[in-house]
Amino acid sequence: MPESLISARGLTKKYGDFTAVDAIDFDVAKGESFGLLGPNGAGKSTTMRIIAATSQRSSGTISILGRDPEEHGPQIRAHLGVVPQQDNLDGELTVSENLFIYGRYFGLSKKFIRNKIEELLDFAQLQDKRDAKVEALSGGMKRRLTIARALVSEPDILMLDEPTTGLDPQARHILWDRLFRLKETGVTLVITTHFMDEAEQLCDRLVVMDKGKIMAEGSPLELIKQYSTKEVLEVRFGSDRNKEVAPILREMCSRIEELPDRILMYVEDGEALLEAITAKKLHPTTSLVRRSSLEDVFLRLTGRSLIE
Amino acid sequence: MKSAVEIAEARANRWGHQLYAGRARAILERAFIALRSSTWVPIVTGFIEPVLYLLAFGYGMGELIGDVDSGRGTVDYAVFIAPGLLATSAMNGAIYDSTWNVFFKLNESKLYKGMLATPLGPLDVALGEITWALLRGLSYAIAFLAITAPLGLVPGVSAILAIPAAVFIAFGFASFGMAITSYFKTYQQMGMINIVLLPMFLFSGSLYPISVYPDWLEFLIQLFPSWHGIELVRDLWFGYWDSGTLLHLGYFCVMIVTGLYFTTRRLRNLFMR
Repeated sequence: MPESLISARGLTKKYGDFTAVDAIDFDVAKGESFGLLGPNGAGKSTTMRIIAATSQRSSGTISILGRDPEEHGPQIRAHLGVVPQQDNLDGELTVSENLFIYGRYFGLSKKFIRNKIEELLDFAQLQDKRDAKVEALSGGMKRRLTIARALVSEPDILMLDEPTTGLDPQARHILWDRLFRLKETGVTLVITTHFMDEAEQLCDRLVVMDKGKIMAEGSPLELIKQYSTKEVLEVRFGSDRNKEVAPILREMCSRIEELPDRILMYVEDGEALLEAITAKKLHPTTSLVRRSSLEDVFLRLTGRSLIE
Repeated sequence: MKSAVEIAEARANRWGHQLYAGRARAILERAFIALRSSTWVPIVTGFIEPVLYLLAFGYGMGELIGDVDSGRGTVDYAVFIAPGLLATSAMNGAIYDSTWNVFFKLNESKLYKGMLATPLGPLDVALGEITWALLRGLSYAIAFLAITAPLGLVPGVSAILAIPAAVFIAFGFASFGMAITSYFKTYQQMGMINIVLLPMFLFSGSLYPISVYPDWLEFLIQLFPSWHGIELVRDLWFGYWDSGTLLHLGYFCVMIVTGLYFTTRRLRNLFMR
């Protein structure tokens, strides 16, 4: 077992009667890319805030780099780079000024930060925007700047809360590429997301959260293996007929999920099943065979889909 | 070269290290950088306003009014209102910086949230922002004195003490203003600040002595910080000291400490609970 940077046991956060995080256990190893996957309101962001020493737990224990955030908040925050869900860049400053002043918040010397800025502007591909006001940047650029800003203090752990929410597909891919590079340099990443593709792309290991609890834990592949089949056959018969044919389909494979618009059938060989369905003269209006994803894992664990 | 972690560790055993990282100046540094690109209009207005009042009232109305009993001897009307206007501009500047500016950084741009995700503590943020407001008060006071001295409105050298006094009352208003703002969530609530401020300044004796009021109203006005600020600056302007001066100073000490306490506490509760 490699060195554990973050370790939580029975971690709980309550707001009045509402339990946002409900007695969760997890460990994050050094150099690992660890994900918290779940729908909005699952308790991911609250967990992130507790790790980031900007929110106090109600009960349980958590140690970050061997320290308790309740006692050592500032020291723990010195180890972290935080990328919040909502960009909070300094709108009155330029791109490079944003990086500079953030380094100053950590107490770093001006000389060190000036050198660091060049490296970070290269990394974030924002060299030609260095003197631009933040307002003039696109959503993807702002996100990259926020990540670059979080790196100014050379953190051991980078915390990313929903890093690509609200970005267009191209901007997401650029961002993923940047995060991959970071991972290669050995930075530990902690990522929350409600996008299964993002979790599959970025996370070595993840926990699936729902309603403040951890439902499952493992690598994306392990989770898919454990909680789903190799392939999924998606069939649509039109909203009226779906209900009609569902009982017949249920006989044909070990597990099906009826969604409002389509039926998912979990099998090892999707094409073979589709042929069997056609042989019964049940002609679906559309059909699709695909690999199982984390979305299917989530559906299996909670009976609901990730994005509602 | 020290790393961020070493810097934080070095402070870890100090009392209050969770609240204060000893880097309020980083917040100040940010304010200076932002100044370069920010709009100068409100800053310049804050400086011009008392000068305009001085011209309009001191020389316009002053012609009709003649001499006034300042409570520290009878003086020309313009000389009477000059320190009152100085105090008012210091207070207004401090309030502008600590209310609307703070409200924006708290609720709109989420700037404080970002700052508090670093090793900085809430007291760093509060002190840094308030110090900025003070510097503004300081520059207004110096500029005002520089304009009024050649006009013959400054009775003596002791008036130079009105500068630190203006900074001190700006400190009180800034820290109290920031504390109140940190509890406000909506623009409607912020609007209330303006409703309270305008009459407070108009009726607090910057333009005439409050002895013209009936006793009950005079007493009421004496409860407000603006009156204490105006009287403090006026005392020093005329080189006049008595127990009242100490009372004014004490009033602002309480304001400063209470304001800092509640601002720090509120920032902690908002972003670190």
